[in-house]
Amino acid sequence: MSATTNILVCGIGGQGVMTATEILSEAAIAEGHDVKKTEVAGMSQRGGVVTSHLRFGARVLSPQIAPGAADLLLGCEAAEALRWAHYLKPGGLALVNDARLVPPVVELGLFQYPDDPIGEMRERGVRAVSFDAASLAEELGDLRLGNTVMLGAIADQLPFSADVLLDCVVKRFARKGEAMVEANRLAFAAGRAAAQAATPATA
Amino acid sequence: MAAVMPAPASSRLLMSGNEAVARAVWEAGTKVAAGYPGTPATEMMEQLAGYPDLYTEWSVNEKVSLEVAFGASMMGSRAFCAMKHVGLNVASDALMTLTLTGVEGGLVIAVADDVGMSSSQNEQDSRFWGRFAHVPVLEPADSQEAHDMALEAFALSERFQVPVILRLTSRICHVKGLVTVGERVELQPAGFAKNPERWVMVPGHAKRRIPLMHAREQALREHSDASPLNAIEPGSDRRLGFITSGPAWMHVREAFPDAPVLKLGLSYPVPLAKVAEFAGMADTLLVVEEVEPLLEAELKAAGFKVHGKDFLPRSGELAPEVLQPAVARLSSGEQPPPPESAAALPPLFPRPPTLCASCPHMGVYYALSQIRNLTISGDIGCYTLGAGHPWNSLDSTISMGASMGVALGMDKGRGEADKNRKILAVIGDSTFMHMGMQGLLDITWNRGNVTVLLLDNRAVGMTGGQNTPANGRDIRGNEAPRIDFRKLVEALGVKPERIHEVDPYQLPVLFKTVRDETKVDDVSVVITNRPCVLIEDFTPFTPYVVLDDKCTGCGNCIDVGCPAIHVTRRETVVKPSGKEVALAFTRIDTAACTGCGLCVQPCAPEAIVHYKPAGRVIPVVPA
Repeated sequence: MSATTNILVCGIGGQGVMTATEILSEAAIAEGHDVKKTEVAGMSQRGGVVTSHLRFGARVLSPQIAPGAADLLLGCEAAEALRWAHYLKPGGLALVNDARLVPPVVELGLFQYPDDPIGEMRERGVRAVSFDAASLAEELGDLRLGNTVMLGAIADQLPFSADVLLDCVVKRFARKGEAMVEANRLAFAAGRAAAQAATPATA
Repeated sequence: MAAVMPAPASSRLLMSGNEAVARAVWEAGTKVAAGYPGTPATEMMEQLAGYPDLYTEWSVNEKVSLEVAFGASMMGSRAFCAMKHVGLNVASDALMTLTLTGVEGGLVIAVADDVGMSSSQNEQDSRFWGRFAHVPVLEPADSQEAHDMALEAFALSERFQVPVILRLTSRICHVKGLVTVGERVELQPAGFAKNPERWVMVPGHAKRRIPLMHAREQALREHSDASPLNAIEPGSDRRLGFITSGPAWMHVREAFPDAPVLKLGLSYPVPLAKVAEFAGMADTLLVVEEVEPLLEAELKAAGFKVHGKDFLPRSGELAPEVLQPAVARLSSGEQPPPPESAAALPPLFPRPPTLCASCPHMGVYYALSQIRNLTISGDIGCYTLGAGHPWNSLDSTISMGASMGVALGMDKGRGEADKNRKILAVIGDSTFMHMGMQGLLDITWNRGNVTVLLLDNRAVGMTGGQNTPANGRDIRGNEAPRIDFRKLVEALGVKPERIHEVDPYQLPVLFKTVRDETKVDDVSVVITNRPCVLIEDFTPFTPYVVLDDKCTGCGNCIDVGCPAIHVTRRETVVKPSGKEVALAFTRIDTAACTGCGLCVQPCAPEAIVHYKPAGRVIPVVPA
C-alpha cells in the first residue's frame, strides 16, 4: 500500500457508516497514524446516500479521497458499492454487503435497481468480495451486529493486525456489558471468515 | 443533557472541526454561546451544550443569537455564536451596526459555508461579510486549526475590540482529525460601563464611530501582514505559486507538495505586504479560494498579476482532482486526460433523502397530492422534501420563513388565469418561530387569502431533532416554557374559527380540513400535532403487514411515499376496455414500520393489517 491508506465506506443513512468509519479511525490512531475522516456531508435524515472517507498515514493533508485513489471500498449496500466503485484505484478491493435496500423512487417505478450490482462491479474490473452481513448478524441474534460483521470483513486488508481493529470494537461495546462484547466478537469473526472465504486471488 | 467532563488538557482527540471549535470556545472562558441549528454548523452549539461553566442556548434565529452574544460582550464577557452561511444573512442587520460599536468581551461569530451545497438552498461565500462589515476573517484548514484559531479569534477580538468571523466550510465542520486540546481559562467579566456614545447608535454617535472603524481596519491590516497565521511556505518548484486559504490549502499541499504556497489563515484584511514578498518567489501565481474570486479581485486591484477563476471552477470544493487538471491547463494550455480508475461511473438510480416511516409530514403531503388546483409556497426543513416524489407538492422554497410572504404575494399578484387557484403555505414549527411569524402577521394585517399549514413536529427535524420552543425543552433538554401555537396565531390576527389542530395521521380529517379551509376567502391556519419520529416524544405504534392474498396490486399505498413499503412483484393486466393497467403488489418492512397507519387508509381491499394484534394502535377517525 502507498504511504497513505485510503478507505471509502459507503451505504445509506441509518446503516451506521459513520460509526464503522469511526472505529476504523480509532484503530489507525492506536497504530500511531495521523487520521482524517469525513463525516456525513449534508442532511441528517435517513435513507439518503452516505459516504465517509478515511485516510491515514504519517501525515494526512486533504481529507478527501480522489476518484481512482481508494485502496479499499467498504460497501454496506450493494448498489451503493457500485455507485462508488470508481473511487477504487486499479487493483483496489471492494468488500460488499450484498444487501439490496430499495428506495421509494424505485418502488414508485421511476428508476430501476440494477439486477446484479456486484456482478456489474466485477464486469467493470473491480475486485469485489461479497457476503450477506445481515444474515450473519441475524444468525447471531441481532441485525445491528451487521456493522461489526463489515468491520470483520475488512480486518485482514488493513496495514495492521486485525486484532487492533477488534480491540477497538470491543472497547466501543465494553460499556454495554459482556454479552454485547461477546456478540460483537462473534460478529467480527463471522465477517472475517466470510470475507476470507470469498476473497479472490490478488489481480 | 448531563454536562460532560471535558477531556484533560494536552489530550489528543479525534474531533470534527465543529467539536474542536466548541472545545476552544469552552477553553477561552466564554460565558455565553448562542446559535440556531443549520448544516454544517449545528454541532458547534450541540457540543457546547454538553460543556459545564457556560450559558448556552438555541436562539429562535441567528439574528437573536448574535444579539444575545453581543449583549454578553457588552457586559465584558467572552461570547460566541454559531450559524450556517444563510444564518449570517439574517444576523447581518445586527452585525453591520455592532461593527461600529465594537465589542468589549471577545465576540466570535463562527459561520459555516456549505461549499458544494450538500444541504442548503444556495452557496454563499461568507468571507464577503469581512469586507462589508470591516471585521477580520479567520479561515482554519483542519480541526486543529479550527481549535487554535477559535482561541486566537477571542484574543484578536479583544485586542482590536472587534467582532471576529471564524469562517468554516463543510470540510472543516464535518471532517474529523486529531486535535491537541488545552486548558480552560477562568475570566472575570470587566463589568458594564455606561457609555451611550459608544453603545447607542443614533446617527450623531454612529458618525463618530465610522472613522474609528476605519482606523481599526487599518491597524488590522498591519496586524495581518505581521501575523504568523499568514505564512509563506517556500517550495522547490517555483514555476507556480499558490495563494490559498481554508481547506483549499490542504488540497493544494496534497496535489502540489513542491510548490511555494502563501497560506492565509487571517485572510481579511489581506496581507498585501506579505503577498508582495511571496510574489517574487514564483513565476506565476494562482489564487485557490472557495468559492468566490475575492482575494483574486483584491490582489488584481492591488496590481498583482494572478490567475484564479479563469482556470478554476466558480463553485464547489477545490479538491485535488479539481485542482490538478486546472493547473495542467494553466501550465500547458491543454486539457489532460481523466485519471485512471478501476471502474467508470455507471448510470444508477438516485437515492435522495426520504421522509422517515411514520413521519407526520407524509400524511400532509399525501393529502395535498390528492387535492387539485393548489399552489403551495414551501419553506426550509424536512418538509421541503414534499417537493419530491411521490407528492410533488411544493411550488417554491426560498429562505427561512419565506413561505408566508411568498404566499401573500401570490395571492395579491394573481391575475385572471389564477383566480381559482387555492394558495397555501407550508411551514414547520421551528421555521415559523425563526422568521415565519412576521410573515403571517403580514398576511392577516393585509387581508390575504392564504391557507397556512403549520407542521408542528416539536423539533428542528432536518438538522437532527434539536429542541425548540414547541417542545418545552431547552438546548440542554431541561424543561422550558412551551409555546401554544393556537394562541400565538390567534394573537397574530387569525380568527379563532379559522384555526384547526389536526392529527396528520388521520387522512380523512386532514383532507377535509384543508379542502374546506382553502374554500374560505380568509386566512386559515391548520396546525398538525404529531412529533418528529426521531425525538423522544415519539413512541412507535404496532407495525403493519400486507396480506399477500388480499393485495390487488393497486399501488395506492406506494403513493403515500413511505420508505417501509416495498414492491414484491409487478404485473400488467388488460382491462375489458382494452386499457393496460400496471399493478404493483407490495409488502411492508415490519422492522422499519412504526405503525402510523397512513398506508392503511387508501388501501381499498383492506389488505394491510397489524403485524400482531393489540399493542399501541391509532384508530382512524372519520372526517
